[in-house]
Amino acid sequence: MSTLSLQASLETRRIDVGHVTVMEALRQGGTETKASALIMGLGNILHKQVGKGILFLATEIAYLFFMITAGFHNLSMLPSLGTVEQQEVWNEELQVYLYTKGDQSILILLYGIATILVTLIMFWIWRGTMKSAYVAEVLDRQGRHVNTLMEDIRNLLDENLYRLLMTPPMFFIGALTILPLIFMICMAFTNYSKIDDHLVLFDWVGLKNFMALFDGSSVLGSTFWSVLGWTLVWAFFATFTNYFFGMVLAILINRKETKAKGFWRFCFVISCAVPMFVSLLIMRTMLQPEGAVNVLLRNLGLIPAGSSLPFFTNATWARITVIVINIWVGVPYTLLQLTGVLQNIPADLYEAADVDGATKVQQFFKITLPYMFYVTTPYLIATFTGNVNNFNVIYLLSGGDPVTDLASTAGKTDLLVTWLYKLTIDKQYYNVGAVVGILTFVILAIGSLLTYRNSKSYKEEGGF
Amino acid sequence: MKEKSYKAARTRNNILIHILLAVLAFIWVFPVLWVIMTSFRAEKGSYVSTFFPKSFTLDNYIKLFTDTSILNFPKMFGNTLIIAIFSCLLSTFFVLSAAFCLSRMRFKMRKPYMNMAMILGLFPGFMSMVAVYFILKAVGLTEGSLIRLALILCYSGGSALGFQIAKGFFDTTPYAIDEAAMIDGCTRWQVFTKITLPLSKPIIIYTVLTSFISPWVDFIFAKVICRANADQYTVAIGLWKMLEKEYIDNWYTCFAAGAVLISIPIAILFLKMQKFYVNGMTGAVKG
Repeated sequence: MSTLSLQASLETRRIDVGHVTVMEALRQGGTETKASALIMGLGNILHKQVGKGILFLATEIAYLFFMITAGFHNLSMLPSLGTVEQQEVWNEELQVYLYTKGDQSILILLYGIATILVTLIMFWIWRGTMKSAYVAEVLDRQGRHVNTLMEDIRNLLDENLYRLLMTPPMFFIGALTILPLIFMICMAFTNYSKIDDHLVLFDWVGLKNFMALFDGSSVLGSTFWSVLGWTLVWAFFATFTNYFFGMVLAILINRKETKAKGFWRFCFVISCAVPMFVSLLIMRTMLQPEGAVNVLLRNLGLIPAGSSLPFFTNATWARITVIVINIWVGVPYTLLQLTGVLQNIPADLYEAADVDGATKVQQFFKITLPYMFYVTTPYLIATFTGNVNNFNVIYLLSGGDPVTDLASTAGKTDLLVTWLYKLTIDKQYYNVGAVVGILTFVILAIGSLLTYRNSKSYKEEGGF
Repeated sequence: MKEKSYKAARTRNNILIHILLAVLAFIWVFPVLWVIMTSFRAEKGSYVSTFFPKSFTLDNYIKLFTDTSILNFPKMFGNTLIIAIFSCLLSTFFVLSAAFCLSRMRFKMRKPYMNMAMILGLFPGFMSMVAVYFILKAVGLTEGSLIRLALILCYSGGSALGFQIAKGFFDTTPYAIDEAAMIDGCTRWQVFTKITLPLSKPIIIYTVLTSFISPWVDFIFAKVICRANADQYTVAIGLWKMLEKEYIDNWYTCFAAGAVLISIPIAILFLKMQKFYVNGMTGAVKG
């Protein structure tokens, strides 16, 4: 008996308590530890950690209670997404139609996904309890100190502080960012749409929506490709016009000879103070056919009376207008952000160039630009991504107008995101909207990964 | 002789650049001035042919806060204020604690978390908006005054994903200070509250102000969550309403007044916070 326990303690002494795995716990743990796999917390209760064990057990009971009362039902409904239609039943006594409660696919889907998420979290907790039970067993057998509940709680404020601080944010991220995202991704594989009236009951349709969107001959497909094309053109111009303009402006303001630098900077920055949606709405009102700009031009005699410049009614005009106004909106931010980076360019580079007789323009193209591209690649990627997702400027300014093709659901300045908004909120084509969202993500993810991998700043970190 | 012409060219360039800057500055300042002028304008309507109003008045501001019959601006202002205060408290806590953990502690989920934040950032924010609405509806937060709670959660819920700037700031304070404190018997919590936070006033102010401002300027989320509940509208929706066809003639100048009111705090923020924009940027570049 004593040799056995000695052997066991020799075995366990080798175990590093900080890094145990679930598999170790299942293979090498004692009976009580193995039993904890079914009755969570049992191992802890038997090894001086009663409080902790009871907490684990309570979690398990709560989870099982949830699964029995609702969870299993939620999961079982997930494959069919509900079949019972809402029905009218004539009530003879009350002389009215009563409605029986039908299935609501959207809620079934939501609850189903939530149940899966809860189960995953539970699995994660279960792994934690297994490790904890094993550690308690090992420590107890070796006669070492086993943490009490109070000590564990105190640890939460010290070396485990990250658990305490990260849990609430993670909970909200899970509930309000990750869950909705999975939910929307699932919608892409259903026929949840106003088309054929599938707003209450809908089914899984597999990849049908993706097929429809990629099919260039259908209305939806051709709209998708043209919107995608414009989105990329827009993101490219919006990013680079702002970048160059902001950089040139920053250089002009920061030249040694420029007087009153603070004043100039103030002039540009003050326009950031007006909330973006306010300045965009004002621009929009001013650029309407009967808006301030057209009336002014008419009064000045620059355009004939009765006519107006088609700022948002002609496709090309509208596209140029949004890019130009985006310069107005974005340049102050670029100016602020690039000023610091520009000042970091080693001054001796310019001095050497001056000595060699390079002009300012040459210096700009040979020194400033390469340096800036090198340093700001991550920033450019972020801006490009931001512009692909730039909802505000397009939605508030042109609203996607003009719509030239009445059959399509998108206008000529609609980006993927604004189209997504129109599809889901206005048209209620939720499934198509979700597909558009997923594709936007795929394009962005591939694009930013590729550019980042190919950028100098990734290949030779800290080189220059 | 050559020296002289070089100098002349330089002066000429200098003058040209100053003129160019003046023109550009005018383009950028003009709409701002125009909004301010409009907010004091006595004549109604969205278009007048003169830049300076014919007569100045404070009526637009007074009307904004007294005429509650059609568009209840004071109520919207109150709603937004409540939402802004609470979402500001929550998001500041989330952002600072996430940034502290990611900057100062090493744990298994650290890298996965940062990668996750990057990936989630690539999804269009509006994609999940409808889903968020359904979720809030499923837990019953889309009726009556609970809408405020829903909006608070919306604005602060995902805020811990925007930890980068604060983390960049924390990264710059030397770790030796933390170590010294821990040798003296401080717990990590005490390091966080007694050392890191007091040393990070600028970034705290930055986080507080940016999160306080977002409810005032966000328009889309508020619109989707509020739907037709007019008494829960925030300022942004109210201002949008004022520009709709049926209101624009009577409310355009009030719209300008409202815009000026919410711009003042943002202007102060921006002028004070210019530095951080630059710092956050260079921090991000350093990685």
